[in-house]
Amino acid sequence: MASAFDRIADIIAETSDVPRETITPDSHVINDLGIDSLDFLDIVFAIDKAFGIKVPVEAWTQEVNQGKAPAEQYFVMKNLAARIEELVAAKAAGG
Amino acid sequence: MRLEYFQMIDHVTEAGPERLAAEARVPEASPVFEGHFPGHPILPGVLLVEAMAQASGYLLLHRLGFARMPFLAQVREAKLRSFVAPGAALSVEAALVHEGSGYAVTEGRISAGGRRICDAGLTLRLLDFPSPELAAAMRAQAARIGLPGVPAP
Repeated sequence: MASAFDRIADIIAETSDVPRETITPDSHVINDLGIDSLDFLDIVFAIDKAFGIKVPVEAWTQEVNQGKAPAEQYFVMKNLAARIEELVAAKAAGG
Repeated sequence: MRLEYFQMIDHVTEAGPERLAAEARVPEASPVFEGHFPGHPILPGVLLVEAMAQASGYLLLHRLGFARMPFLAQVREAKLRSFVAPGAALSVEAALVHEGSGYAVTEGRISAGGRRICDAGLTLRLLDFPSPELAAAMRAQAARIGLPGVPAP
């Protein structure tokens, strides 16, 4: 099966105007790929469906806005993929 | 329906956490029909989309116990299949497809006498109520159309 990074990158390329080849593990979803909030909503919906999870975007955003976490922790591609893998693992463990 | 006040839903007939059904009667007369269109009055398609969005909004208000306000963010593949004339009795339905973090996706559908009128996929953002006045107005409006479970102020 493709890695979480590849699956998310494919979703972003299919959902927005961002060419697949420009999406790297170090791409910041907002700052580098220029994805606006509505496209990001589409991407999150597609990720929710593809992985069978509920990406806690609001909690992440709140943490970033309150200075409790750097934005990179959630919105740089390699880290986003890691967070998604954690959510999938937590769900599989019954969390 | 009171088109000039964007009151598109008359009465909720069924409401659950994942589906809402409602009735809406198109008025016989409205200034809207003077422009849309002279000599051929039909309900504008954007107002059909609004009716599906409002049904989705009430579904989400009911589901969330009025904790947050749904705002229409996206309309996908809206299909306007039939003209709707003044006086038509419409059945409006909204079904939950997915509730995510801060948003929800629904399917809206309108029919009349068993005939499909329109359908669309809708995405709504779920935000904190921007003012207590809006929260109170939404509760009042929901109570007016018979949505069950409207919390007391």
